[in-house]
Amino acid sequence: MASLSPKSPEQNEKSKQYDRQLRLWGDHGQTALENGHICLINATALGTEVLKSIVLPGIGAITIVDENNVSDEDIGSNFFLETTSKGLNRGSETLRLLLELNDAVQGHSVQEPPDQILQENPDFFKSFSVVIGTSLNEKLIKDLSQYLWDLNKPFILCRSVGFLGSFRIQFREHSIIETHPENEKVDLRLDVPFTGLSDYFDSIVISTLELKDHGHIPWIVILYKAVQKWQTTNLNRWPMSRKEKNEIKDIIQQFIRSDENGVPINEENFEEAIRAVNTALLPTFLPVKVQDLIYSSAAINLTKESNPFWIMCSALRAFVEAEGKGNLPLRGVLPDMTASTEHYVKLQNIYRNQASVDAEIVYRKVQQIVSQLQCDSISETEVKLFCRHAHDLHLIIGSNIALEYQTGSPVASYIARHLEEPDVMMVHYILLRAADMFKSEHCRAPGEWEPESDIAKLKNCVSKILSDVSCSPFPKDDHIHEMCRYGGAEIHSVSAFVGGCVAHEAIKLITKQYNPVNNTFIYDGASTNSATFTF
Amino acid sequence: MNPVPSFSLYLILKMASGEVQTSDYQQRRWHNIRKVLERSGPFCHPDFEPSAEILDFIMNSCKVLIVGAGGLGCELLKDLALMGFKKLHVIDMDTIELSNLNRQFLFRKNDIGLSKAKCAVEFINKRIPGCEAIAHHCPIQDLDDGFYRQFHIVVCGLDSIVARRWLNGMLMSLLQYNDDRSLDQSSVIPLVDGGTEGFKGNARVILPGMSACIECTLDLYPPQKTFPLCTIANTPRLPEHCIEYVKVLQWAKENPWGSSTALDGDDPQHVAWVHEKAQERAMKYGISNVTYRLTQGVIKNIIPAVASTNAAIAAACATEVFKLASSCCANMNNYMVLNMSDGVYTYTFNAERKSDCVACSNTTRVMDIARDATLQAIYDKLCEDNAYLMKGPGITTIINGRNKTLYMASIKSIEEKTRDNLKKKITDLGLYNGAEILVADVTTPNTITIKLKFIENIDVEMSR
Repeated sequence: MASLSPKSPEQNEKSKQYDRQLRLWGDHGQTALENGHICLINATALGTEVLKSIVLPGIGAITIVDENNVSDEDIGSNFFLETTSKGLNRGSETLRLLLELNDAVQGHSVQEPPDQILQENPDFFKSFSVVIGTSLNEKLIKDLSQYLWDLNKPFILCRSVGFLGSFRIQFREHSIIETHPENEKVDLRLDVPFTGLSDYFDSIVISTLELKDHGHIPWIVILYKAVQKWQTTNLNRWPMSRKEKNEIKDIIQQFIRSDENGVPINEENFEEAIRAVNTALLPTFLPVKVQDLIYSSAAINLTKESNPFWIMCSALRAFVEAEGKGNLPLRGVLPDMTASTEHYVKLQNIYRNQASVDAEIVYRKVQQIVSQLQCDSISETEVKLFCRHAHDLHLIIGSNIALEYQTGSPVASYIARHLEEPDVMMVHYILLRAADMFKSEHCRAPGEWEPESDIAKLKNCVSKILSDVSCSPFPKDDHIHEMCRYGGAEIHSVSAFVGGCVAHEAIKLITKQYNPVNNTFIYDGASTNSATFTF
Repeated sequence: MNPVPSFSLYLILKMASGEVQTSDYQQRRWHNIRKVLERSGPFCHPDFEPSAEILDFIMNSCKVLIVGAGGLGCELLKDLALMGFKKLHVIDMDTIELSNLNRQFLFRKNDIGLSKAKCAVEFINKRIPGCEAIAHHCPIQDLDDGFYRQFHIVVCGLDSIVARRWLNGMLMSLLQYNDDRSLDQSSVIPLVDGGTEGFKGNARVILPGMSACIECTLDLYPPQKTFPLCTIANTPRLPEHCIEYVKVLQWAKENPWGSSTALDGDDPQHVAWVHEKAQERAMKYGISNVTYRLTQGVIKNIIPAVASTNAAIAAACATEVFKLASSCCANMNNYMVLNMSDGVYTYTFNAERKSDCVACSNTTRVMDIARDATLQAIYDKLCEDNAYLMKGPGITTIINGRNKTLYMASIKSIEEKTRDNLKKKITDLGLYNGAEILVADVTTPNTITIKLKFIENIDVEMSR
């Protein structure tokens, strides 16, 4: 019988429970999540669905702010309420049932009205990683978003009415190191080989290789050799045009050996080399997006308060200007390719070693900056991760929700442009806003009692918003009618869809991985359509 | 573009049943959904007539089968129960594991080892008053057409493509045609299908015999990632190659737990053994990063999963079930993809029917084949052609009124007896131009009839 070797670490319970998600955001993403604290204002079906998908993966803590008592309608649309919850505080009831999902999550419930907290105890919001609000009245939306903007706290405002749903993410800026791009570009430096790489290339002479080895050298070597040969008759230039690339393909064809009958031998590595010509010959360059980042004022004018992202950007700039000779630190990742183990591993180590040399240099620069600024230290692991993903760094500059309510703001003209296109999803946005306005004017949702009689009143609200964004009234009476049909109804499956999305975006904000929506998402469950707008 | 098929389940059934039962649909807790069911709107389905009877139908008549009680299934149960559905059936053969708890929210640590279907049903019936969900703890293949025929809508949250295809085939086989070969709409059981992988997912609505089915769109599934055996054996480069070597070759050779014990990805000792051996192999070749997590991922072919994506996809499916049952607005036409890895992106498109689809076209499929081809060529075509993509087809035919098994891999003794046929020419096996072969496979509950069409001049194809 085989026995369990002590060398094989038995996974602990937590990593087993979270296994399927750790494969998406890693242990460090999980740690960030476990240090996160979400505040939800109003435990509606939508709000509760958001929390469900954040509690399950193991957020550190949640706080629910809700002054309302549970109604029958709440029980009918919110899974985290029981028949016996009726009349009790909605926040504490949903909290109780949500916490059953994961005993690692801490929970708090606050029964004060949110506008009162904002007036009397605004510091309350300082301790959260993200604040999420649903069913907020117009005034609270404006006041809270302004306050959280000033406080530099991420805020997600979400809505669910009838078949329509939306969310709006507000932050000042959000930087992402691990964007997890679907097609990560390879970083091979064939045009600017570093010493270790060119030494390796020079150690191989294709024409003298034994046949077995010939079929086992990585395509990178083949391509490099072909370019070298081409350069001898082309003034050492780098092949750029399609014609020149075809010439490289021809040279690779000539490398392919033939058997005793003169028939070319089918060698996969050479075929891979020919296929790679078009992409792998792209010269190494500094992506414009990254250039903008490292030369932005936040990366140049560092202060003691600068966050690690900007400190690392600053160190990265110093690297690019000095050791990098205009290029980023080497990524150090070799894609899989046909090759013998020996060749592949050797080449992989050459790339890996150079990447860690580059990262080490950046780390030393980071340490220098940190000691000059006397700010909190940044770990070597963080810097390595940053260098590994330096090509895909992403920064989103946010905008204040309050701007959407300002006549003459650039956001207003953006909205007007989309309405004139006409973009039906922007019409939905206007109607969701109009329903908010209706509610603050009439103390009920449009159509809550009777749809027909509210159509004219809702139309007034739509007209007001349209005139605020300097847009002529649109003939969209059918959409106004549809909103009155909804009568403020919260349909569970629509809330569950938006709730899943909002939870997802909150996790992205907390783990600082994957690009979040920038910045407004509109969903229409009736037509199964969605759109993203950047206000 | 296909026109949107006109289909109203509610109308079909209303005509069939007639009487409205008295019920609890007037309770205050249903006020939210009653608004969209009892009021008309400008974007409603043309057949929609707002009335209180619709909620009564949803609650007391409409029988919905949820296939799978996992990540999507738990969400679907909750979503549908809160949309008024009471007559819910859930089928799942699996038991609860610790790694389910990060998203399958109807289960707790105490439930580990219990039936998913039973646990989920028990929870939902307790939480939502009036809900009468029923559990079936068994494989979908254990239940027959009589079982499936009782449902008005089937919604499916499976992780297996084979099971999905089997279920699709089952619903297609229930279709009935009128004398004029037109479809009898009362035999149509709509299938709403959801699937997720990490931060991506899809949801679709299938009206059997009316819109594209699973088999019509097989090419939408990504091909399975495999490693060539020679790489694994001779030139490993990636940690995955080392793990695959131990899994495929070394385990069978060394049989660490005896020859009767197959590798079990859920047995931590097995995984630990593979991990250790793969590490040894990796060390020998200078390959790094063979981790326990990766080892388990390769052995079990683990697909990452997270609560949020499942919630969104299940919700999209539930919305469609609600629309189907009520006609309160038009259904999705007919396939939505969701990608939440870069922002949140959805795209809905009309997946088109294949006019000669093996499952849903009510026509006999024709296979072009060279006159001098071997049976192996037919077999390979059944496995590799995008129209079939079968796993291990059994092929029979009828010669002079008698059944003749040409090849069957699923039963060992028959496989041995028929193996030689693969090398024979099809004409030597009694097949002719226009002959029909009958094909059975795990991807479908039905035997599929395929008509052979000999192509005389195959040079054209070869010179392409």
